Amino acid sequence: MPLVSVKNLTRIFDVSKPWLNRVIERRKKAFLTAVNDVSFEIEERSVYALVGESGSGKSTIGKMLVGLLQPSSGSVEIRGVDLARETDAAKIDGVRADIQMIFQDPFASLNPRWRVRDIIVEPVASRGKDTTGMAEKLLEQVGLSVRDAGKFPHEFSGGQRQRICIARALASEPKLIVCDEPTSALDVSVQAQVLNLMSDLRDEFGLTYLFISHDLTVVQHMADKVGVLYLGMLVEEAAPDELFDDPKHPYTQMLLDAAPKLGDYGRDVPPPVGEIPDPINPPTGCPYHPRCPLVQDVCRRDRPVLRKLRGARVACHMAE
Amino acid sequence: MTGPILSIRNLTVEIPTRHGILRPVDGISYDIGRGEILGIVGESGAGKSMAGNAVIDLLSPPAHIAGGEIWVNGTRIDQLKGDAMRRLRGKEIGMVFQDPLTSLNPLLRIGDQLTETILAHLPLSRAQAKDRAIKALDEVGIPGATERINSYPHEFSGGMRQRVVIALALCAEPSLIIADEPTTALDVSVQAQIIALLKALCRNRGTAVMLITHDMGVIAEAADRVAVMYAGKLAELGAVRDVLGAPRHPYTDGLMGSTPLASRGKARLHQIPGAMPALDNLPQGCAFHPRCPYAQSICKTQMPTLADGDGAACFFPLPHTAEVA
Amino acid sequence: MTDTPLPPDAPIEVKDPSRLRLALDSDFFYTFKRSPVAVVSFSVVSIMVLAAVFAPWIAPHDPFNPGSLNLMNGFSAPMEPNAFTGDIFWLGTDDQGRDVFSTILYGMRISLFVGAAAVAFAMVLGVTLGLLAGYVGGWTETIIMRIADVQLTFPAILVAMLIFGVAKGITPVEYRDQMAIWVLILAIGLSDWVQFARVVRGATLVEKNKEYVQAARLIGRTSPAIMLRHILPNVLSPVLVIATISLALAIIAEATLSFLGVGAPPTQPSLGTLIRIGQGFLFSGEWWILLFPAVTLLTLALSVNLLGDWLRDALNPRLR
Repeated sequence: MPLVSVKNLTRIFDVSKPWLNRVIERRKKAFLTAVNDVSFEIEERSVYALVGESGSGKSTIGKMLVGLLQPSSGSVEIRGVDLARETDAAKIDGVRADIQMIFQDPFASLNPRWRVRDIIVEPVASRGKDTTGMAEKLLEQVGLSVRDAGKFPHEFSGGQRQRICIARALASEPKLIVCDEPTSALDVSVQAQVLNLMSDLRDEFGLTYLFISHDLTVVQHMADKVGVLYLGMLVEEAAPDELFDDPKHPYTQMLLDAAPKLGDYGRDVPPPVGEIPDPINPPTGCPYHPRCPLVQDVCRRDRPVLRKLRGARVACHMAE
Repeated sequence: MTGPILSIRNLTVEIPTRHGILRPVDGISYDIGRGEILGIVGESGAGKSMAGNAVIDLLSPPAHIAGGEIWVNGTRIDQLKGDAMRRLRGKEIGMVFQDPLTSLNPLLRIGDQLTETILAHLPLSRAQAKDRAIKALDEVGIPGATERINSYPHEFSGGMRQRVVIALALCAEPSLIIADEPTTALDVSVQAQIIALLKALCRNRGTAVMLITHDMGVIAEAADRVAVMYAGKLAELGAVRDVLGAPRHPYTDGLMGSTPLASRGKARLHQIPGAMPALDNLPQGCAFHPRCPYAQSICKTQMPTLADGDGAACFFPLPHTAEVA
Repeated sequence: MTDTPLPPDAPIEVKDPSRLRLALDSDFFYTFKRSPVAVVSFSVVSIMVLAAVFAPWIAPHDPFNPGSLNLMNGFSAPMEPNAFTGDIFWLGTDDQGRDVFSTILYGMRISLFVGAAAVAFAMVLGVTLGLLAGYVGGWTETIIMRIADVQLTFPAILVAMLIFGVAKGITPVEYRDQMAIWVLILAIGLSDWVQFARVVRGATLVEKNKEYVQAARLIGRTSPAIMLRHILPNVLSPVLVIATISLALAIIAEATLSFLGVGAPPTQPSLGTLIRIGQGFLFSGEWWILLFPAVTLLTLALSVNLLGDWLRDALNPRLR
């Protein structure tokens, strides 16, 4: 049984203007479908990566997974428990302790008025358990020093802060950690340190990661399975080798071509055309059809469903 | 062949603080030639943006230029003040910042912002300036420039806005563009578009570009030459192919090793131990020596210098012979 | 603790010695030491507060002990021997022979106490409502902020007079003088909570979207815990600035009310009461009875205000 099972997950945000403005300007209510009917599963002890550009809904999925946002429809089940619908408080509490999150901004994710020790043990202390010596042990595990426990967050660099966030995430001995762009605010050399640390911790504690990122090379390095999102829809899912060697969805192909390559000095390729459409008024049919080189009439009309294709799942009428 | 468009010699920027004087930029020298893109790469705090801001006199006090020379098109500009600097900044140097939203006045139509800039620097009539503004928007790939000139910045998407900023930087036909992290806030596909645009413009007009970024991939694709900065100093300078393909400074080598690469697969990333030292806590000698796997005793006491022109500021540049490694 | 003046923002837990140490090493304390205006106004305020607190020990006479008063000493000019008794009073005496210097010390006591208590009351009320409005949102926010908006359309002194009048009407006659001080505190406090609520609501809206708050939410911390332990410490800097400036305003408001005769009773004269009494003698030549309380009030309010202004600049990251 997979650790996480996401079924037909959808999240719609009401982005309407206030009531009075709507009446005066004669506008209808506006809705943004941030996540549109997404289904996937995460196996225990694996790294599932979600990639996509801004507005793809990847962070929204992460937040629904940890229970910070409620799904509009569909479900997220973690070890068979649906946080949004479960009524048994003990079960909810048990699953809560199993999920942790690491955020993108290492400066905003630590309370500046708290000592590092208190920050790290909060997930455990808030359950009324004894935390003596716990912060110090965790700090050593993430490569910081025991003395750092008494300091305040502003005394640390971005990379060190992200290590503190990781220590906090580990405190409640979780099974699943949702990592929302954990290294995109960090420099390359620091990113390497943090990614290595995350890999080590995964092996040591048997963790499962949902790794959210816009950086394809990082995803390829970390993931066991990759889901590509476009405008809130899962357009392709495959193991990284399969995905990068043989991308099947035209959007995935475009992403791979557009990503800067270290080896191609002064490469001159025609850049991709178009931009991400307005998510409030998405295109009909396949969301990618206005930019797609393979577009046919059917793409403008029908939304493609995910189908199996050579070791991948892809939502494209034309892919073969 | 004429001289370089931008020439920086021994530029030093200082910030006096209560803990002493910090040098975020410490004696750097480089040239950018006509039609050349020089990538300035380094980690946060390495001084790469500070060097760019020094050129256009945008250092925020108390930071100031404490030494060295800056020449643009054969004119020394580091001692220019006030009006003279402002005229030259608009005419000879264009700026593209990271966040396209803050570089545009949200209350003015983009056409007005463009014509104002053009009128301020070129002897044209208002009608001519407007024509030129439309041409500039057209050139940066904004469809329907004639109509879009009456739009406000918020009516554009992020990528289109950055194109407008580039048009704004280009409209007075400067000979140098300083682009500070121009693609960092953009999505991958839009980033590729902007890089392609910068390259094309630079090639067609012969504009020199200083491209400041932390992204090695962007440098590899866009730049002709690259300067690697570390703790306020130049660690390595040279053609992109040489510096990125066969780094000679151990820091550059470490940076390249830390970058996840498709070809490396899931192997552990190479790590540079430690972190870049804070400016108020720089080690003696080479600033990189505490993190350097090849450091010898001389590295701890003496500062290696960058030989004239290209090369690495290192006593033991790579590749090493077997007995050192 | 007395030899080094504590900066007004000495952290919330002064008990922790290293927090004090951090405060003394901070940039904040450094800029304090380098700002003559801050040092001078802080010293003036400290001296005046100490003088008021220790008035019973410092004052040469007890102006409220009828036994110690000698009507013969009435209208003594400052620094001149009294025509009848030969006693010398630094700042002269009033019509009943009370030493003006002593009455000022005791008056300052009342003024400072009423001012500080009113600000404390306004602060607790405003911060609580502001936190609730910002964090909970929805109808709670609408109701609280509309009340605040309505109250802002009336001048604060008018609101205070209204509350004072109503309270006086409902207290039994025999308790009126006794209750006057507390009613005054209530009136000034209720007229002043709005700006605290507005600022705290704004700061809360910013803080609640930061990732450290999300991290606390996802481990299942309750809303009150998040508001008190996480958000409150991070919105206190602007509160401190407003509290300081409000203190000056509250002291002046109290003086105004007392001057109008609706504030502190003559049995417990504040600086405002003293000024009201003194202005009756201004045109008969006894200028000192009015001048010295007025100058004291001016110095006190000005120093507190200057301190508040400096504090605002020092705590504003944009002006650093």
